[in-house]
Amino acid sequence: MLELIPVLLISITIVFFMVRLAPGGPFTSEKSFPAEAIERLNQHYGLDKPILVQYGNYLLNLLKGDLGPSFQYPSRTVNDIIKETFPVSLELGALAMLFALSIGLLAGIVASLKPNTLQDHMPMGLAMTGICMPSFVLGPLLILVFGLWLGWFNASGWELPSDRVLPVITLGAAYAAYISRLTRGSMLEILPADYIRTARAKGLSEATVIFKHTLKNALLPVVSYLGPATAGILTGSFVVETIFNIPGMGRMFVLAAFNRDYTLILGLVVFFSLLVVVFNAVVDILLGLLNPKLRMHA
Amino acid sequence: MSRKPVKNSLWADSWKQLRKNHAAIAGLIILIILITASALAPLLTPYSFEQQNLELGAVKPSLHHWLGTDTLGRDLFTRLLYGGRTSFLVGICATAVSLLIGVPYGAVSGYAGGKVDSVMMRIVDILYTMPFTILVIILMVVFGRNILLMFGAIGAIQWLVMARIIRGQVMALRKQAFVEAAIAIGASHPRIIFKHIIPNVLGIIIVYTTLTIPHVMLMETFLSFLGLGIQPPMSSWGLLIKDGASVMETYPWLLISPAIVFSVTLFSMNFLGDGLRDALDPRFSKGKF
Repeated sequence: MLELIPVLLISITIVFFMVRLAPGGPFTSEKSFPAEAIERLNQHYGLDKPILVQYGNYLLNLLKGDLGPSFQYPSRTVNDIIKETFPVSLELGALAMLFALSIGLLAGIVASLKPNTLQDHMPMGLAMTGICMPSFVLGPLLILVFGLWLGWFNASGWELPSDRVLPVITLGAAYAAYISRLTRGSMLEILPADYIRTARAKGLSEATVIFKHTLKNALLPVVSYLGPATAGILTGSFVVETIFNIPGMGRMFVLAAFNRDYTLILGLVVFFSLLVVVFNAVVDILLGLLNPKLRMHA
Repeated sequence: MSRKPVKNSLWADSWKQLRKNHAAIAGLIILIILITASALAPLLTPYSFEQQNLELGAVKPSLHHWLGTDTLGRDLFTRLLYGGRTSFLVGICATAVSLLIGVPYGAVSGYAGGKVDSVMMRIVDILYTMPFTILVIILMVVFGRNILLMFGAIGAIQWLVMARIIRGQVMALRKQAFVEAAIAIGASHPRIIFKHIIPNVLGIIIVYTTLTIPHVMLMETFLSFLGLGIQPPMSSWGLLIKDGASVMETYPWLLISPAIVFSVTLFSMNFLGDGLRDALDPRFSKGKF
């Protein structure tokens, strides 16, 4: 857990110096600004001070939880923007994860029960398709077919409950595919084990054998995968929120990147890194709960 | 394995096993066709990738324009071929960067063992948890959308996985008799690593190279799709998908063919990679993943 602090600090430092030392400031694009105005803006935001002083100030404010003002949206602070956009991204990400887990586990279990039959090849073929169709291919195609041609869903937006369907599928599909492959693999490894034969021999129902005895142990690789999957869903949200025009943090980050809104970029990076770090810690705890062996070694 | 004890090299054996894997062979053939077509792009099409024809505008696929033209009247088939050039080039070059860093790093770490190994792997662990996709995006924004920078940045992420895998393999090999023999006759450490150990992990390197290339291409397409990668008038599959998606309501063919070509490429690479892994990497038994 403790190595997370240097990771965070290194990320912040790299990003801070990268955006500050880059040619072109946040106000250079506005050509209509007179030179004095730019100077005053720089003064106002402390951009005229030596860079190390700026860095120190940023870290101090960060400790207080203050991410500073946004350059592009002068009336709002970075904290405000995160407060507004994070719930949207959280909902999208959580729904996508739920989708990925339910479909992935189900498909993996179904496939593993009759390996190398149609019941196996169908879901696994579909999973391969899911992996080979990145979100920026799947999303526009889903909009084209279900939004524009069939007219079942809105092509973009985030108002109606039905607006959630296409973005959630787009974001979750690849992870559902990976999870189904992981589940199938580990189920196949555990199903021939002696203790599963014992469970069957003592007359337990097939459902109990599969869900209680096999799945619980087969779940380990899936849980370990949740860490990287969360990070992936986070970056995936950049694309999905842009495609579907969802007012979340991912789209905000892409906009901030285009606008060279330094403080907003930095603030979002800090927040993203924190999220990933916290979630990885949660996954570690979950793994410990599922697998007593890991607890012993830790 | 109840095979007759015929003396076969690892390569002949693996090729035999790979040939039995129809999906992998199909993937290999499709890739060869796509790569050749992209490489020979100027010979295969009478149009140039940036030649606009505003009067023509976007037209449906026809005999003159096999896949139609985009809103600026550029031939889509041509742009797909040239886009393939960019995408494959980025894929191969960035993977080469990841090999150049990852293989020596992993080999040295696994060979040295002990404290050196734990420090080197700790560094990899720490770097691994950094939000690299985000860093690459920022890098592209800050330093301009430079294609060389993209190779470097993407390669710099991918070497971590490579280093870990190579280290594991080298650790197992280090205790083998042939390495001890090499030490006994007084070979230097660099010589042992590069002449004796790395040739023995070549199979694994090939497998993970084929699995890394699609990752890298995905990354390039992802960046270009967001408008942060390859810039027009240059062509890349991510850019074509992005352009297609923006006008799909009126000109759906501009989205469909790049989407299909890119997905088919990823399919082929993944099938080939999986097949090679089954054939060359003994740790993964067939059909497990």
